[in-house]
This record gives sequence, structure tokens and C-alpha cells, in this order.
Amino acid sequence: MPILQTPIDAIRRRRRSPLPGLGLTLGVTVTFVTLIVLLPLSGLAWQLAGLAPSDYLFVMTDARTLAALRVTISAALLATLLNGIFGLLLAWVLVRYRFPGRTALDALVDLPFALPTSVAGIALVALYAEDGWIGGLLAPLGAQVAYTWWGIVIAMTFTSIPFAVRAIQPLIEELDPAEEAAATTLGASRWQTFRSITLPQLSPGILTGTGLSFVRSLGEFGAVIFIAGNIPYETEIASLLIVIRLDEFDYPAAAAIAGTMLALSLVVLVAINMAQTRLYRRLEGGT
Amino acid sequence: MRRIVLVSLAILFAIVVIVLPVAAIFTRAFAEGLGVWAQAVTEPETLAALRLTVLTALIVLPINIVFGLCAAWAIARFRFPGRRALLVLIEVPFAISPIVAGLCFLLIYGAYGPVGGALQPYGVQLMFNLTGIVLVSLFVTCPFVMREVLPVLAVSGEDEERAALTLGASGWQIFRFVTFPNITWALVYGAILATARAIGEFGAVSVVSGAIRGQTMTLPLQIELLYNDYNTTGAFAAATVLALLALVTLVLRGLVSVFHPARGAAP
Repeated sequence: MPILQTPIDAIRRRRRSPLPGLGLTLGVTVTFVTLIVLLPLSGLAWQLAGLAPSDYLFVMTDARTLAALRVTISAALLATLLNGIFGLLLAWVLVRYRFPGRTALDALVDLPFALPTSVAGIALVALYAEDGWIGGLLAPLGAQVAYTWWGIVIAMTFTSIPFAVRAIQPLIEELDPAEEAAATTLGASRWQTFRSITLPQLSPGILTGTGLSFVRSLGEFGAVIFIAGNIPYETEIASLLIVIRLDEFDYPAAAAIAGTMLALSLVVLVAINMAQTRLYRRLEGGT
Repeated sequence: MRRIVLVSLAILFAIVVIVLPVAAIFTRAFAEGLGVWAQAVTEPETLAALRLTVLTALIVLPINIVFGLCAAWAIARFRFPGRRALLVLIEVPFAISPIVAGLCFLLIYGAYGPVGGALQPYGVQLMFNLTGIVLVSLFVTCPFVMREVLPVLAVSGEDEERAALTLGASGWQIFRFVTFPNITWALVYGAILATARAIGEFGAVSVVSGAIRGQTMTLPLQIELLYNDYNTTGAFAAATVLALLALVTLVLRGLVSVFHPARGAAP
């Protein structure tokens, strides 16, 4: 018996790092994560667990909740589509072309991340309200952005554009120009080359970028509430409805909506992850 | 030709979508002159909000650094059960929207929550005050430092640290003289991101702040309050302070990323 045990012990001992500090650092980490992440999450789970399925359905099928979900999800989808298109454009231009102001443009892309969301919100109202620079241009055309659904789309696009650009940029850097050249030599048009050579290789980045944009847009609050107008059933987003239910001390309703939004975000994130793995496998298999 | 069209389109998009809003803040804030702006910024309530924001950032920063370093060290240097789960848990705050985050804290640490309720008889209140603001700020910022330091630790390997150990160095000496010089810039980079986020957080803080004028309003919350009071000059003046801080953050990030091995110019 001891003969059999010794080698295993030796292997175990070798695999354990001789460096000090495991107890201290892991202790600090676990304590912090428990207090700051795990307990709050279980707070939401605890509240949801106390909710009967019928109560949950009652909250979620309420006309105002459904309207808020529809407004939030539809605006997030359009913002995501815009971010996909313009994110690809910005990333492409930043990697492929050298022009005056390129570094400044590159730095500008991060500005929406750096700017606090309430500052972004008040800035967008200033710009799109009737007395603003863009709002003033649109008003004579009868178009209104501020205090409408379109305002929500603008705010969501603003806050999540960096996700799209930064997810696509590294993949464009890694593209092999020889492949595009080969396609051109074989008689492919520029569009054909882009469509069948370039785009498939960028698809993992586009997927991640748009997925993260969508999740961020679903949950965006600060930038949206200034420009949305917040009219129930029309321009009221889900996050705001959670806050309203909280102010009414209707914790179960707030938790039900929050739990649904959180579940939706997690489903999207997990789906991106799975699709990501599949895409990379197909790309590697194809070459 | 195609190049000119694409570059112009990209620049046009960046100007309309990103530059104009920021320019609008400054134009509106300074529309009535520098004197009016200065007066609005030094309004007692706005100053109190600025003080609270700075105080929160100053409390959150050291805790974040200690936690980020401990987490990165434990995860990079050791194998233990639950290591992957721990990594996922630390990154979870990035996936949770601000309002949902605030709500989670209220549900557990609020007076009606299991922890908050248990502490209430002892006169301990965690939400609707500075403690609550600090707690949610820690939540929204907790991944930043770990995320920057961990890859650098993983790449640098532990050979130098093991060598120091055989030479008789203590744990603190290893960290101070071997590990720390390798991760300094990654740490600074993460700390800048975390601080910027702590200063600017709106949604999560708004849920737990209690919104007591002049007491539990951080600067981002104060902007909304002023705006809803139709004090637009005050709101835009306060916004310029945060916008300037954001611009400073961007410049600092750019400078630090030059030294940060895991970062190019990308975020």
C-alpha cells in the first residue's frame, strides 16, 4: 500500500505551487466575492424564489411591463444593428487606412465608455431637443428624436458603439491580405471578395461585438432616461419600470422584471459563447 | 475613391454620434459665460455631490487594488477547486445591468432583506447612505484590476518568483521586488478604469443612494436632480466636470497603455 501511495503523493506535491500566499489571497478573494457578488445575486434569487409562478406571470403579463419590454428590446435591436454596421465601418477604416486624425478617431471610439452615462444622457438631450443642433435641423422636417423611441435608440447606440468596434478591430488586423489578393486574381469582384473571404473571417468579432452591444443596450439606464421622455406604454424602458416598482415598494414586481432581464442577458451571452466556439471550429476546418 | 468614401463616412459617424454630444455639453455649460459656469459649479449642493463622489472613489480604489491583486495572484499562481467558477463570478458584474445590480443589493442588504433586516436591530443601516454607495461601486468595478493583472501574471510565469523563494525571500519580499515591478502598469491601468467607473456610475448608485439632497447625491445623480429641477445651467456645469474627468481618463489610459504589456492602443 505505501508503495502505491508514494508516487501519487509526489505528483500531488509537485503540482502544488511552492509559492506562498494562497491562504491569504484566496481568503481575501472569496470573502470579497461572497459579500459583493454572491450575496447580492442570491438576494435577487431569494426574492424570486418567494414569488409564486402565478404572481410572476401576473407581473410579466401586465400591459405596462409588456410595453416596457417591447420598447427596450426593439430599441436595443435597432441600436445593435446600427452598431454592427458602423462598428464594422469604423474598425475597417481604423485598421486599413492611414489618414490624418486616425489616432484621434481611435481614441474617440472609447469616449462613450469613459463618459458617465448621465453625462451622455444630458448631452444627447442637448443635441436632439428642438433647440439643439441636430433637433433644430430635424424639427422643420417634422421629425422628432428627443422624447421618442428614436431617442432611446440613439442613446443605446452611443453607449455601446465601442463594444462593436473593439471586438471587430483585432480580427481585421489578423486578416491575411494574401487571401484577398488571391480572390482578386481569380477574378472575384471587390464585393465578392469582401462577402465570401473577408466577412466570414470577421464573423466571430461581429457576433461578439453586436452581442455585447445588445446586452449593454438592454440594461442601459442613465443615458436613456434623459432622452426617452419616459411615457408609460410608449417610451418607458424596462430598467425604469424596475425603479418605479421599487419606489412603490413593490419589491416582488421589481425582482420579477429584473430577473427576466438578467436571464435574457445571460442567455444572449451564453449563446454568443457557443456560437463563437462553433464559428471558430468551422473557420479552422475550412482552411 | 472607395477609401475617401469609407474614411469620410467613418469620420462623419464619429463626429455626429460621439463628438457633437460632448461638444453640446460644453457649449451649453459656457453659453452664459464663465462666471455663471463657475457659480453653478461651486453651488453648495453640487460641491457636496463632488465631495461624495471623490470620497467614494477614494474608498473604493484601495479596496479594489487589494482585491484585484489577491484574486489575480490566487488564480494565476495556484490550482484549486472552484477556480474557474471564481473567475466567472468576478466577471459577472460586467454582465449585469446597473439597475439590476442596485436592486440585488437592496434585496439583500436593505431593511427588508435577510442581511439588512438582521442588522437593523443593532442600528446598522447599509443602504441609502455612503456604505450602500461604496458597496455597489465595489460591485460594478470589481473585475477591472483583476482583469488587467491576471494576464500579465500568467504570461510572466513564476520562475523568477520561485528563484526568489529558493534564495530565501519572504512572501512580501517576493511580491514587492519580483512580482510588483512586472505588473505595475497593468495595475495602474486597471485602477484608472475602475476609478473612472466608480466616479461615473449612475444606475446602480441611484437605486441605493436614497437621494438625500446635499448628503447622498453623487455628482452623476446631482446632474439628473438639477436637470429635473429645470436648472439646466447647473446640470450642464456639473456635467462638464465629469466630462473633463472622462477626457483625463482617456488621456491617462493612452499614456499608461504604452507601458502596459498586455495592451496596445485597444481598451
